[in-house]
Amino acid sequence: MAETKSVLLVGVGGQGTILASKILSAGLVEAGYDVKMSEIHGMAQRGGSVSTQVRYGDEVFSPIIGRGEADVLVSFEAMEALRWLEYLKPNGKVVVNDYKIPSAPILMGKEDYPEGVIDIIKSKSNTSVINAANIAEELGNMKVMNIVLLGALVKAMDLSDIDWEKAIKDNVKEKFVDINLKAFQRGMDAV
Amino acid sequence: MKKLLTGNEAIALGAYEAGIHYASAYPGTPSTEILEELARYKEKIIAEWAPNEKVALESALGASIFGARSLAAMKHVGLNVAADPFFTAGYTGVNGGMVLITADDPGLHSSQNEQDNRYYAKFGKVAMIEPSDSQEAKDMVKIAMEISEEFDTLVLMRLTTRVCHSKSLVEVGERKEVPLKPYKKNLMKYYVAPAVAKQLHVKVEERLKRLEKFSNETDLNYIEWNDKKIGIISSGIAYQYAKEVFGNNASYLKLGFTNPLPVDKIKKFAQEVETIYVVEELEPFIEEQVKALGIDCIGKDKIPNIWELNPEIVEKSLLGNERETIKYDKSIVVNRPPTLCAGCPHRAFFYELGKRKNTIITGDIGCYTLGGAEPLNAMDTTICMGASVSLGHGMEKLINKYNDDRRVVSVIGDSTFFHSGMTSLLDVVYNKSNTITCILDNRVTGMTGHQDNPGTGYTLQGETTKMANIPEIVKALGVEHVRTINPLKLNELKEAFDWAYDLDEPSVIISRWPCALKRLSEYDKKEFKYVPGVCEVDQEKCIGCKMCVNTGCPAIYFDKETKKSSIDEVQCVGCELCMQVCPVKAISKVGE
Repeated sequence: MAETKSVLLVGVGGQGTILASKILSAGLVEAGYDVKMSEIHGMAQRGGSVSTQVRYGDEVFSPIIGRGEADVLVSFEAMEALRWLEYLKPNGKVVVNDYKIPSAPILMGKEDYPEGVIDIIKSKSNTSVINAANIAEELGNMKVMNIVLLGALVKAMDLSDIDWEKAIKDNVKEKFVDINLKAFQRGMDAV
Repeated sequence: MKKLLTGNEAIALGAYEAGIHYASAYPGTPSTEILEELARYKEKIIAEWAPNEKVALESALGASIFGARSLAAMKHVGLNVAADPFFTAGYTGVNGGMVLITADDPGLHSSQNEQDNRYYAKFGKVAMIEPSDSQEAKDMVKIAMEISEEFDTLVLMRLTTRVCHSKSLVEVGERKEVPLKPYKKNLMKYYVAPAVAKQLHVKVEERLKRLEKFSNETDLNYIEWNDKKIGIISSGIAYQYAKEVFGNNASYLKLGFTNPLPVDKIKKFAQEVETIYVVEELEPFIEEQVKALGIDCIGKDKIPNIWELNPEIVEKSLLGNERETIKYDKSIVVNRPPTLCAGCPHRAFFYELGKRKNTIITGDIGCYTLGGAEPLNAMDTTICMGASVSLGHGMEKLINKYNDDRRVVSVIGDSTFFHSGMTSLLDVVYNKSNTITCILDNRVTGMTGHQDNPGTGYTLQGETTKMANIPEIVKALGVEHVRTINPLKLNELKEAFDWAYDLDEPSVIISRWPCALKRLSEYDKKEFKYVPGVCEVDQEKCIGCKMCVNTGCPAIYFDKETKKSSIDEVQCVGCELCMQVCPVKAISKVGE
């Protein structure tokens, strides 16, 4: 019996966490898992901190988790990983994008972006640091950062056997399929 | 075939399969996507955005009385607006089956309160069902239609954010066509004058007894026997959290039909288990009724009645277990509040309004509520849909009576104005206050994700329609001083405020520019001309005064070391607000 696993994807509104979660869920369903996914709409999406949760196993009950319950935390932004780190199991894994998006108080010069966020996370947990922005830039479209991170997550969770090509094709517009497939592979290679 | 669907998508699918003919709603998180999904079945279903929830419920009731299966959907606070027809629909009952969906928001992800709408079912004496995942959401809409027709009752379907916006697997079925029932004039049922209502109330009480019998018999309320030391009574998403925590180590009375409650089933369950936990989110709706039966149970003594529930809280409250977490200094993490988008026309508006002294600003519900946050800080109140205009009126009357020197500016969005601002503005005119009402017309219902409204010229199902003309409406309500301005031009805003502050009579300023994220319609493309390019800061000229930063634009970054501003070209849409506030003309438009 497959124990239920919990994936927490966090980032900043507009970074594409929902699309990444959608593809992840589609792949897991195709592989025969029971899957639940939870997302948040509305006010919080306007540049705020956002989270999506994906849970899979033989039979999943709750679509959401509490603190100390995530098997893996995927953060699309560096500081967000630290905000949500308490949701990770102490032996869980972190996939963090080495990419900073200053929040409003930082943009206005009222607060500083915290120093050494990635180092703190590395010292506290089993962490893979991905430079998804560089990879996406090399591929020629910053927007595929989310799929780079999805690739890294899949590798970190040992889910490489699933037909991700199909999941990506089913969920992105045809003209973006190629670049997203490349982004996914680069993410897998980065872990 | 199984599909991974949100609760909202599943409800739309269930309604389609149940053969519904008509649906109406006003958008509101977390309910919005139900109608967006239903709108796709153009051939079979009439799906509409109503100007507000009261109209949505009444239209759906009209369709039901005419013989159609119908549905109305709204967020929890929307049912407050629709409460008037809701209670009387409880008396009239239905002809074609009718389901009213209320989507509650525990945790206030996108709402102004976290009221528990289950009490509405008891208050209005109608049947209620509560799904706990997407499959149940789909199945229950279909069952609800049957219950509605069999018992001649409106069925309230209560969802919460995590049911609406969580995805789980759903078996897709076929639509069953249901013919319209014949409409017959029936004064003793639909003409609810006092004498008729008196008789209908008798029927309502009889119906409740029949519904209670049904509640005891239906499979929607079922017992799962496991270990009998702990027995859990639960409904909705809370049931999933209980299962997550207790698994097969407890027995469950899972309630899907929660008004009236299945009294006999509850008693039977209580007799066989040692300790009863009632696991429910928000208020002790079930617990109070279980206790009233003289049954001992543990619920809100341990589980908080505020904010969203999750498995962690259930486990900690009932078992005292706390998960181990990673310890670190969380205080270094900087807050990340939601902000108005780059290029948002509301930003310039609040920037200019915020400069006015001696001003009370009553706000309303929408993206522009963020005008009250740092750094714009240009709002005193936000209460509910339409309240900006009426609150402002009340204040202004007192200001006039006591010769106070302050002015009131009421700020409301286009869709919110159509929703319930128009009657408030009529009050301003009728009862003679001189408020300044600003209608932020961004050509779309923004916050809920870009829905059409009476002002956009399109219906939910994509047909072109009459475009409500706000200046004409305002004039027809009796406001004589009306101006329409472009909010991206600070001088136009300033002049309009100067003009309005000098008037002794009510005035309306319409700030008209599309939402920066809106996919422009054909009408928009003709009306609004954009100058292409993005803004750039000349680092030589920048004096580090932070004027541009204080607009709160998320594309502008202030570097503390160099003491200069810079602009993120990816986010910037070239609205030119920063160019206008820069005192040394260090910002210019470049590219394309």
